Amino acid sequence: MSNSAEAGGQPARSLRDRFPLAALILERCLLSLILLLAVSVLIFAGVEALPGDFATTYLGQSATPQAVANIRADLGLDRPVVTRYFDWLGGVVQGDFGTSWASRNSVSEQVGNRLGNSLFLAGFAAIIAVPLAIGLGMLSVHFRDRMPDKIINVISLAAISLPEFFIGYLLILYFAVDFGIATFPATVYQGMGFLERVQTIALPTATLVLVVLAHMMRMTRAAILSVMSSAYMETAELKGLSSWRAIVKHAAPNALAPIINVVALNLAYLVVGVVVVEVVFVYPGMGQYMVDAVTVRDMPVVQACGLIFAAVYILLNMVADILAIVANPRLRHPR
Amino acid sequence: MRLREIPITAWVGLFGIALVVFCALFAPLIAPYGETEVVGGVWQAGDSQFFFGLDNLGRDILSRLIYGTRTTLFVALAATVISFSLGIILSFTAAVSGGLVDTVFSRFNDLMMSIPTLIFALVVLAVLPQYLFVLILVMAVLDSTRVYRLGRAVALDVAVMEFVEAAKLRGEGKTWIIFREILPNTLSPLLAEFGLRFAFAILFLSTLSFLGLGIQPPTADWGGMVKDNKDGIIFGIPAALVPGGAIAALCICVNLVVDWLLKRTSSLKGGRGDA
Repeated sequence: MSNSAEAGGQPARSLRDRFPLAALILERCLLSLILLLAVSVLIFAGVEALPGDFATTYLGQSATPQAVANIRADLGLDRPVVTRYFDWLGGVVQGDFGTSWASRNSVSEQVGNRLGNSLFLAGFAAIIAVPLAIGLGMLSVHFRDRMPDKIINVISLAAISLPEFFIGYLLILYFAVDFGIATFPATVYQGMGFLERVQTIALPTATLVLVVLAHMMRMTRAAILSVMSSAYMETAELKGLSSWRAIVKHAAPNALAPIINVVALNLAYLVVGVVVVEVVFVYPGMGQYMVDAVTVRDMPVVQACGLIFAAVYILLNMVADILAIVANPRLRHPR
Repeated sequence: MRLREIPITAWVGLFGIALVVFCALFAPLIAPYGETEVVGGVWQAGDSQFFFGLDNLGRDILSRLIYGTRTTLFVALAATVISFSLGIILSFTAAVSGGLVDTVFSRFNDLMMSIPTLIFALVVLAVLPQYLFVLILVMAVLDSTRVYRLGRAVALDVAVMEFVEAAKLRGEGKTWIIFREILPNTLSPLLAEFGLRFAFAILFLSTLSFLGLGIQPPTADWGGMVKDNKDGIIFGIPAALVPGGAIAALCICVNLVVDWLLKRTSSLKGGRGDA
């Protein structure tokens, strides 16, 4: 990886030919960076270009023009858009997201705490969901078109159709209210012990796992099945390999790239699923912060959260692509 | 296609969808009480008079559920139809034109898709005024990116077929090729996708309403009803679960039908059938 910087720094043909994989990965990273920059423009410009003004919302329709102008000057809204964009971007690069319009607090400070909370929740859900989904997917392929597969299929189809908040409230009603074995709301604070924290987020984690599990499992099943219908699998079957052995030895290595893709895609989905689950469980994370900001039209917070969510999403997709390239040599030579 | 070839799961799905459509069409006739009519105590439990009980303001949940089908179904359907028209037209144009048009459309689509849909919607809805048509348009435009991707992939497969080339050589215009050559040959996968997008639109609308950014009160809407009644959960009052269950049931029904459509498509292609 140490030579990757050279490969990109100077477009020397020989380096590119000598380290095709590193060059490809670097290319992919640069592409993501450009994409992120474009997204930042989109989020900023979108918020600027669209109608609706915080000053008028804040003061009400009957505000005098002078008061509106004062507030606009106060928030720096009277400067040209391009200047403000570069100011904003410069701040973001240094980790400064400006100050919230509604509470006058530093956005970065809030984001810092809450991002950790959200990632903790999503990460914990991922640790449980990923192995479970892949295991169930393989099980389902193994028993293809027989009872276990059909049961898994129907249940996962139902699970896909359930909205996150429905699962969340169902779990709250049974486990927190009726049985009293889980806590609600899931409030975490700084200095909370790890075990206590895990116990608190048990229900939100369970909700996220259920939401993402079905998707991931169905996609894993489809990925393995498309490998299973290839010619070498037929050969393996015909030469008398047991089906379990054929899956583990022949199908799984080839299905690795698509499965990695599925996992990364669903982790990206998890990042978004966190928004609703946090609102349901009153969990102090990024999602809750963003939804609150949207209701009061607190633009710096909305922009910051939007950008961070998009960045995590882009990053995960990039990792998926790179892992897929590493796992599948055929992708290194696009036709 | 014979009726008895339709599997039982698809019948369940079709029946569920028909029931919801019936409720939406004849809501004022079947609903026992008015949409915003207060008929009793707050969170009164269900009995023979009020089947599902009353909500946080003492309104009949069953009646609001029935009226809510109208809003939910209409908005989700409108958004899906617009998103489909938009996505299909753009993707087919890109596939048929190729070259610069294709590149520009596809790169812009990639850019749109690199922001998670819900996050994008939150950013946009934070700025836009809260009107119904704005909500529908936002949902449609964001969803059309997914349709575009599928549409382009499917259309590219068909666009290289001999009959398209023949049409081009005969001197047919792009519109003819899109609507008379490509569309009929891609209808089956697109129909399944339509169902999937519709189920997604219902979930998405409900999520937005639940977060307080979708349909505004007092109009009844399933996602909004969950939001109204969510505080009751802590006291063990399951009022919020009724509309939530309705959303889930409708989506399951749509997915059951889609599942059957997809199976039919793959068996038409003559593959090993289950991929």
